[in-house]
Amino acid sequence: MTVTLASSDGTALASAPDAGAALTVRGMTVSYGETPVIFSIDMDVLPGSMTAIVGPNGAGKSTLLKAVLGIVKPLSGTVRVFDRPLREALPRVAYVPQRASVDWDFPTRVIDVVMMGLGRELGLLGRVRAHHRARAMDCLERVGMTEFAARQIGQLSGGQQQRVFLARALAQGADLYLLDEPFAGVDAATEAAIIAVLKELRAAGKTVVAVHHDLSTVPDYFSDVFLINRTRIAQGPVEDVFTPEMLDRTYGGRLATAQLGGLTRDAV
Amino acid sequence: MLFDALTLQLGYNVTLVMLGAAALGMAAGGAGTYLFLRKRALVSDAVSHATLPGVGVAFLVMVLLGGDGRWLPGLLAGSALTAGIGLLCVAALTRRTRLTEDAAIGAVLSVFFGLGIVLLTIVQTLPLGRQAGLESFLLGSTAGMLRSDALLIAAGGVVTLLAVATLHRPFTAVAFDPGFAQATGQNIARIDLTLMMLVMAVTVVGLKVVGLILIVALLIIPPVAARFWTDKAETLALIAAALGGLSGYVGAGLSATAPGLPTGPIIVLVAFALFALSFLAAPGRGVVALALRHRHFQHAVHLRQGLLAIASEQPIYEALTMRILRREGLVRADGVPTDAGRGRAAKALRDETRWQVARGTEHLSGLAARHDGLTEIETVLTADQIAEIDARIATPVEVG
Repeated sequence: MTVTLASSDGTALASAPDAGAALTVRGMTVSYGETPVIFSIDMDVLPGSMTAIVGPNGAGKSTLLKAVLGIVKPLSGTVRVFDRPLREALPRVAYVPQRASVDWDFPTRVIDVVMMGLGRELGLLGRVRAHHRARAMDCLERVGMTEFAARQIGQLSGGQQQRVFLARALAQGADLYLLDEPFAGVDAATEAAIIAVLKELRAAGKTVVAVHHDLSTVPDYFSDVFLINRTRIAQGPVEDVFTPEMLDRTYGGRLATAQLGGLTRDAV
Repeated sequence: MLFDALTLQLGYNVTLVMLGAAALGMAAGGAGTYLFLRKRALVSDAVSHATLPGVGVAFLVMVLLGGDGRWLPGLLAGSALTAGIGLLCVAALTRRTRLTEDAAIGAVLSVFFGLGIVLLTIVQTLPLGRQAGLESFLLGSTAGMLRSDALLIAAGGVVTLLAVATLHRPFTAVAFDPGFAQATGQNIARIDLTLMMLVMAVTVVGLKVVGLILIVALLIIPPVAARFWTDKAETLALIAAALGGLSGYVGAGLSATAPGLPTGPIIVLVAFALFALSFLAAPGRGVVALALRHRHFQHAVHLRQGLLAIASEQPIYEALTMRILRREGLVRADGVPTDAGRGRAAKALRDETRWQVARGTEHLSGLAARHDGLTEIETVLTADQIAEIDARIATPVEVG
């Protein structure tokens, strides 16, 4: 059976994924019951790029990330990471879930959470050794949280919790980083610390994809943007895609024109 | 009598039963910890009630095959079988339908328990003989327990405990953040199923001692009690295992001191006593410690506000503030500040002014943000920085 693939913004796509893409998603559909949350999404992320997934509330941004990682079971669709099936490539993928997705009263300390990122290396049953602990401390150092290593996680502020999640992702030692709203509800210092780490990762040749809700910072933080509202609206470099017209299509006219103009003036 | 029981002076059989109950309690506390952390405590209730039909069926099968219907390994195997079916029913109802897990638990629990009661009633009316004692699986009874039964229970408890100890890391990872665990390639469904199998093992092994109605208590009370003592999952499991083991040991001993005392309820009451002790007296999260800390904090706030009021010569209306100031010797009985009171008040006001200046000074504003109203300025700023602030206060800077 031959299937011709076309993305929803009309541009034809090669039927085979680009060799060397960091992440290739084809025809991803996820539904709860019989209501599709995301419908037939295609996505191509180039290695070394930093992509913002942008769209209104309920557009399926988080669902897309979860489906890519296999946390949510898609109805249809394929995911390839560095040109391998997801299952094989999972060790090269790190994930930062939404902060609100866990119970922060859980009895565990900051250092223990970060060491959960070492899961694969530790094995299911392996013993925690000094070099594992040292690796976890290095990751905490990179997000400026070493002094909190022994704290119970419930005693942290929202921004500190987010940094712990980022440190756990760093401990995964991956090449592709998927982040779900890393800047939601964090203080300015944390936002600066996180973006510094992400830019470091990019400088080291890693690929970053983040669900992002603050339109005003998109051009500063990201190289590429993926616009989504249940289906893919557009994807490409910020200067090409992050335009008032495209945002208008994404948000269905819910953003004021003046607002759109102000947001993208620098980029256009 | 109780002392005799606890020090193993009641004879070999009672000793074996107590050690078996202790092993069972440790396994229940350990496995229960991860059930509690995974927030699926009540699934164990469905599992335990689903054991009952298995007891009846196993009895009938063994009698029909010409054996002894009360042979414990056979009864436990039967109960494990229907418990497993019950567990699969809960899983299937949750996954395939839109029922939530609690609704599925309610449905499975009541249907299986009803079926079990009907089967046991039928068994009682059949002219088979020797069916007496099956009802002891409801509430547990160690009276007349065979030596081999006690050994079986102890061995089952130890094996389950070892399995929990081996798997503690994946259990913790899945309980804390299942999405992340899945994204790191762990098989959530398999880990959850393994945990449930261990819970099932505890339930089945515990049938004879604690009984199916109360086994959920032995799984849940120890970790809930242990939560008051620690903020670390591994330590939580260790403490829960210790509390569970102690409950089983003491409870089984107590029930052996008089004929007819039900073992399961007594073990659960011992566990509850340990819970009550933890709830009240644990240093970190216990209610007494929390109340004391709250009171201490409230006093510090009132003291500070009182001192600032004295310094700015405002009247103090709050009775508690006055009481604290009097007790500290800062205010006389008639409400007039003492010399000590005026001194402390002046210092409080001076520090408050210092904080305000620090907030308005660019390179100190970050540190000043740590002031929560009670912070002693010397704990945040260095002597040099305070001196710098004092210099600014002495030579007022133009504002606005």
